[in-house]
Amino acid sequence: MKRLVALIPMAWLGLFFLVPFLVLLKISVSEPAIAQPPYMPLLDWADGILTIALNLGNYIFLTEDPLYLLSYLSSVKIAAISTILTLLLGYPMAYVIARAPEHRRGLLLMLVILPFWTSFLLRVYAWIGLLKANGIVNNALLAVGVIDQPLVMLQTDFAVYLGIVYTYLPFMILPLYATLSKLDADLLDASADLGARPGTTFLTVTLPLSLPGVVAGSMLVFIPAVGEYIIPALLGGPGTLMIGSVLWNEFFLNRDWPVAAAVAIVMVLVLALPIGLLRRVQAREGERP
Amino acid sequence: MTCTTLTALLLTMPLAAQAQETLNFYNWSDYIAEDTIPNFEAETGIDVNYDVFDSNEVVEARMLTGSTGYDLVVPSLEFMARQAQAGVFQPIDTSKIANYGNLDPEIMRIIATNDPNNTYGVPWMMYSVGPGYNTAMVTERLGAEADLDTWGMVFDPANAERLADCGIALLDSPSEIVGAALNYLGLDPNSEDTADLEQAVELLDGIRPHIRYFHSSQYINDLANGDICVSVGYSGDILQAQDRAAEAGNGVEITYTIPREGALLGFDMMAIPADAPNPDAAHAFIDYFLRPEVTAAVSDAVFYANANKAATPLVSDEVRNDPGIYPPEETVAKMYTPTPKSARFDRALTRAWTTLKTGR
Repeated sequence: MKRLVALIPMAWLGLFFLVPFLVLLKISVSEPAIAQPPYMPLLDWADGILTIALNLGNYIFLTEDPLYLLSYLSSVKIAAISTILTLLLGYPMAYVIARAPEHRRGLLLMLVILPFWTSFLLRVYAWIGLLKANGIVNNALLAVGVIDQPLVMLQTDFAVYLGIVYTYLPFMILPLYATLSKLDADLLDASADLGARPGTTFLTVTLPLSLPGVVAGSMLVFIPAVGEYIIPALLGGPGTLMIGSVLWNEFFLNRDWPVAAAVAIVMVLVLALPIGLLRRVQAREGERP
Repeated sequence: MTCTTLTALLLTMPLAAQAQETLNFYNWSDYIAEDTIPNFEAETGIDVNYDVFDSNEVVEARMLTGSTGYDLVVPSLEFMARQAQAGVFQPIDTSKIANYGNLDPEIMRIIATNDPNNTYGVPWMMYSVGPGYNTAMVTERLGAEADLDTWGMVFDPANAERLADCGIALLDSPSEIVGAALNYLGLDPNSEDTADLEQAVELLDGIRPHIRYFHSSQYINDLANGDICVSVGYSGDILQAQDRAAEAGNGVEITYTIPREGALLGFDMMAIPADAPNPDAAHAFIDYFLRPEVTAAVSDAVFYANANKAATPLVSDEVRNDPGIYPPEETVAKMYTPTPKSARFDRALTRAWTTLKTGR
């Protein structure tokens, strides 16, 4: 029975990750064509001879134009900075919720999850209304007299960071809360009894013990942020270079599904690194008594 | 489930069981009159599922994947032409379309350069791509005497610099903007020559610092609200912005002209997918649409010209006499129709566009 239950996630992973990944891998080594679907078949059966045409040129092509490397790096940079900002913002919030009286925690957690009740797309659209030249923020600041010219906030990198941090904050807070709420309060008392100031206690007791939450939260923010397409498309400026939009261009503007698939495969590999790291940290946690 | 919805469900079930004939129609957003579909349904008893899209590229990706389930789609001509090459569409059977003769033979000849013998498509609406601007804001910055009947209004860096503070937007569509730049430079707007492409990109690079954003639909609202003052966009979209501003009474006055250098003349085409479940319903709809009064009502609603010659007298004066919607003959002579480009050129174009936008 136990084995059967363990099979469900494996089947899920196989069906919704492995199979699409293999399809993508297949497209990434084929040739583009004006056809339906717009690429050549990998296997060709003619006159009783089976030929397999593997075109690795799409991967070589990615190394020839610096655009792809630059977009990967730029995406990783934007995702990394957003993750750090989310952590800095999410940690104190998770800490306060975990330390709040028990009857209050439910409400506070509810408030963290509440934004999910509205569609993600609508929430990003709402930021357009807030940030645009004659939007709510600018009009309020103008009315108060803080500024006399509308600030350019929309279509900037600032708006992209804001959008990512805003959208992914709950994914940081929830795992942090999960580890912080399990933290034994006696440990903090013991630390104080031994003469540690609150700051020292935080750095030597709370922070190390909450590290699994920090890692899990960071991965949950970093991984989707690297491939983020909607937020930079709606809030970003023309200078915002991310792999998601490069992928869009390859697929839709160039109609080059094979190169688009190759870009996506490389993106999965770029992400596999932090995921592997996460697994190692978790494995180490598991070894502890 | 409430009691009422349950009753409603029970009531509709026997109807659904009668194998109702349906038409799955996939068209651009904001591109039809309110009563076009209801009238067709009432008259024919065919149930219409009306879906909308806002980009040719999205339609193309779906069509090339196949099995969309649509009976009628409306891609732009140059996209339809390429998809037809991939075997996506079935030929139009004109014998099933009694009103086919209403189509303007002149326009059908222009379309035939991309769709030989008009095999696969029937024009829905026609559009141009040109600059729309906020009259007051632009004259304030360029002077009352300024020459606004030219692409130089945006493409001349000196003008772009003066307009930068009130906001210039360009379509995020490399083929349409680069085509306009080529045409302004006196080069072939359909050129696939990389040397020509470089010249166009150089021109655009000169005005790049003065561009607020590249986007293909946001300018409608922004123009109407006065958030931007110039936008190179689709004729009907800019005229809808003009209409919205007038309705809002916010003092914003929008002008759309086809500059004297000419502009892109585009066609959105009704086409029937090869695997359409109900091609007969699609033909029936095309025939219905080609009735003069039906086409005219759509033009009046969306501010786009049509290719239905019999409909022209029925189009309201406001729309028919607007040179931005129905360009006069001498303007049409200077307009160009985009052609599908080679994959190699499209790649070079996309790459140049990315460099232009991101500086990398």
